[in-house]
Amino acid sequence: MSVLVYAESEKGQLKKIALELASFGRAIADQLNTDLIAITVNCDNNELLGNYGVNEILTSSHPEEFNAQQYAAIVKDAAQKKDAKVIAVSSSADSRYLAPLAAVELNAGYVTNVVEAPLSTTPFHVKRSVFTNKAFGISELNTDVKMVGLSKNAFGMHENPTTPTVTEFSPTVNNSSMEIASVDKANDQVTIADAEIVVSGGRGLKGPENWHLIEDLASTLGAATACSKPVSDMGWRPHSEHVGQTGKPVASNLYIAVGVSGAIQHLAGINASKVKVVINSDPEAPFFKAADYGIVGDAFEVVPKMIEKLKSFQAENT
Amino acid sequence: MKILVCISHVPDTTSKINFVENNTQFDTQGVQYIINPNDEFGLTRAMWFKEKEGATVDVINVGGPATESTLRKALAIGADNAIRIHTEALDATQVAKEIVAVIQENGYDLIIAGRESIDYNGGMVPGMIAALTGMNYLNNCIRLEIEGQNATAVREMDGGKETVTTPLPLVIGAQKGLVEESDLRIPNMRGIMMARKKPLSVLEPQHGDAQVQTIAYEKPAPKGAVKLVEPENIDQLISLLHNEAKVI
Repeated sequence: MSVLVYAESEKGQLKKIALELASFGRAIADQLNTDLIAITVNCDNNELLGNYGVNEILTSSHPEEFNAQQYAAIVKDAAQKKDAKVIAVSSSADSRYLAPLAAVELNAGYVTNVVEAPLSTTPFHVKRSVFTNKAFGISELNTDVKMVGLSKNAFGMHENPTTPTVTEFSPTVNNSSMEIASVDKANDQVTIADAEIVVSGGRGLKGPENWHLIEDLASTLGAATACSKPVSDMGWRPHSEHVGQTGKPVASNLYIAVGVSGAIQHLAGINASKVKVVINSDPEAPFFKAADYGIVGDAFEVVPKMIEKLKSFQAENT
Repeated sequence: MKILVCISHVPDTTSKINFVENNTQFDTQGVQYIINPNDEFGLTRAMWFKEKEGATVDVINVGGPATESTLRKALAIGADNAIRIHTEALDATQVAKEIVAVIQENGYDLIIAGRESIDYNGGMVPGMIAALTGMNYLNNCIRLEIEGQNATAVREMDGGKETVTTPLPLVIGAQKGLVEESDLRIPNMRGIMMARKKPLSVLEPQHGDAQVQTIAYEKPAPKGAVKLVEPENIDQLISLLHNEAKVI
């Protein structure tokens, strides 16, 4: 038996979530006293997984483009080849896309949004977040093969040096009748999914022409930019920046909300962030109840000052 | 074209989340139920295909009699037929298998389900339906056009989007962006009256085995009070973020 993780890469380089996932997989493998295997596709820096407790890496160099059905087949083949009893995936858009397909093929019970290592392995109990981070559920998986989706930023990266073997893996991949016509991906931007810091703006910014405040603060911090639902509904910012219950989920280390009142739907979507800072001129804004740090003040004065102070802080600390 | 829209019956987003029966059951006391928002985006797109292309739209829910009010709302918005599978499913696999039995019986060109429900957030039912039926599948769908037996659809990815072409039948995981917020419909009196006469069939379940059982719920520990920093004193905030929170 073994534990298998699907370690995602982008342009040949492992994503940070892949390293967090490997750390999580290592914890499960230790609980089960077994090996941790990683499966990668089109990955050029496999050896990095050796810093996070992986014993063996299977790597496939096809298909060239992501296709959920084909990637699910690769995960399934790897799981069967290595007799994996637990398969862990991340909560990236691609992993959440392919995982249920693989779970059906493997007849595996599958649980998403898992927030820590299994509470026990016999019976197999995991804790997952439900009701959009407003509660947790303890779930029991009673299938022979089990699949768990790790909530982003819930486990962290834990170094655990190993010397893994890397084996070329040639899974059976059927042709797909779904074809990619085009991909539109910004190269230079930090994505909300990967960002450690997210800076978000709300109606308090008064209009799209003031968004440079959010963008400047974000670029000072190396952060991704986001917005509240009203802002995307009014067309100030694209839908893809909307974070909240029906928008993108945020689970960053630091979430800074500027001029966002903190409606319950917004808070639900960003609650998994570790530290929340709110800047709002209205001291009654509900966000102050959910935040760790707050400034009651005018964003147009506070944000430029904050950028200036952060720059001098960074100059002193590098 | 025949479309099936999967409708999850979920607590309104502002509901208080509490548990009863020794923290094993969700407390439904005083909770208002709505169509899961991601399903509603999908249903709204289905209405477009009904009105512009003459598609028929069925809606389905796997649940007890209490979910019928939500199915009636979908009928009032414009769906043609509603189906309720009479069982309280324990996990996503049970839900998916019940829906697949109906798909195999009726045959559909397009299956729409929300990318996830806002109650249990599993995000797996549409993918499981695709895997169980062998249909093509696109998750996080933010645009869908259909011409004849072919679809062009856009998937939102982390940091971008991709456009795909695929033959029908197809399963999509719907989400915000698939339709404009302003296209969402509030049922009018005529729709509500018509919905009363539309068929809502109740089917007996397949009784498949559950693979996952949720045995208990808990609520997060209460959060401490916010630390307020004066606007003149931003250095203090930076020092708190650096030394105390250790996030910068």
